[in-house]
Amino acid sequence: MTTTPNDTSPRAEWPLYEVFVRGKRGLNHVHVGSLHAADDTMALHHARDVYTRRNEGVSIWVVRADAITASSPDEKDPLFAPSGDKVYRHPTFYDVPADVPHM
Amino acid sequence: MSTSTDEARLEEQFEAVIARHERIEPRDWMPEGYRRTLVRQVAQHAHSEIIGMQPEGAWLTRAPSLRRKAVLLAKVQDEAGHGLYLYSACETLGVSRAELTRMLIDGRQKYSSIFNYPTLSYADVGTIGWLVDGAAICNQVPLCRTSYGPYGRAMIRVCKEESFHQRQGYELLMTMMSGTDEQRAMVQESVDRFWWPALMMFGPPDDASPNTARSLAWGIKRNTNDELRQKFVDMTVPQAERLGVTLPDPDLRWNEERGAHDFGQPDWDELTRVISGAGPCNAERIAHRRRAHEDGAWVREAASAFARATKEPGRDRAQVEQAPGSSLRDPDGRVETR
Ligand SMILES: [Fe+2]
Ligand SMILES: [Fe+2]
Repeated sequence: MTTTPNDTSPRAEWPLYEVFVRGKRGLNHVHVGSLHAADDTMALHHARDVYTRRNEGVSIWVVRADAITASSPDEKDPLFAPSGDKVYRHPTFYDVPADVPHM
Repeated sequence: MSTSTDEARLEEQFEAVIARHERIEPRDWMPEGYRRTLVRQVAQHAHSEIIGMQPEGAWLTRAPSLRRKAVLLAKVQDEAGHGLYLYSACETLGVSRAELTRMLIDGRQKYSSIFNYPTLSYADVGTIGWLVDGAAICNQVPLCRTSYGPYGRAMIRVCKEESFHQRQGYELLMTMMSGTDEQRAMVQESVDRFWWPALMMFGPPDDASPNTARSLAWGIKRNTNDELRQKFVDMTVPQAERLGVTLPDPDLRWNEERGAHDFGQPDWDELTRVISGAGPCNAERIAHRRRAHEDGAWVREAASAFARATKEPGRDRAQVEQAPGSSLRDPDGRVETR
């Protein structure tokens, strides 16, 4: 928002919140989008109205976008490298005869 | 020196992601032209959802039954939601919501030409659901695979909700078609008015749409305007037959060789006029949006003031009220002061 002499803080844009919804019991909260709200309570109400109009969720988290720390794309390689060479973390790494049941 | 090498490397990575049909995400590097094209398209799409509430919203207080009113209310509310999903996607490209709103009410960004036509009867609510939301679905289903992640995800949410919009409209028209001669005439009159503007929703013909090739190359669009228009006509013709209405195009007929319908061209000069602001309702739509925005200013300011005033004190008060055990409460539930 451009700042003009009249543009005092009450008119400034409401902060951005990221919204996470738990679709049903047993699932993780998943990021669904974002919205603007004046405060946390309003963010929750807006999230309910915007993102769960058809019972898409049993629980909502809202978090101010400026409170999130994210890995940057430039860091991608070094940050995720530790898991890149650990193929033994995947079940397909292990040779098991095909006739072993339930595995 | 190294900057241009870096940029070339980044562009190469970007092109590689597009070539693999993977998605570009907000924090990725992207060419400025890609970003600008997306901002324009996603903003225009968001504005269309928001302005699109007006033609039907005008009938909310005059719905013929409580059932129709509840349905229309839910539909119009969905369109507000679609606008918000899309604004939220657009903001990930580095534009602010306030800026987007301002560009809409200043006329610097556009919205779909279809919403500049008036709704003259309740049959129009049905026709809009059937033809306008139907055309929107044709447009939006391939956009679920658009190359920009947030836009595609917004489209998936939107598409899930659109089929209700189209079906309620078709059902409304079916009901009217099984009514009196007068009601059937209302439906036909409405379809006559909306058919050509609905075809214009896909934009100008391919040979007059210079940006299409680049949007296709970037994976922003997945089909050309004419491809989508053809698909819409082919889908709609049997629906019109089943409904018992005539589509107002003397050139419309099945082409066995092509395995598709031939159809007439909309009046492209009319589309140009409507897009450039001279449609029947352009001024009214923008004035209404501007008024709603300005009339809501005090609400936004009050909410901000409330948020500031209650921020820390609010938290403290909530804790104080929960802290004392029940023994400290008066019989009427008031907390005793110590
Ligand atoms: Fe919509
Ligand atoms: Fe819709």
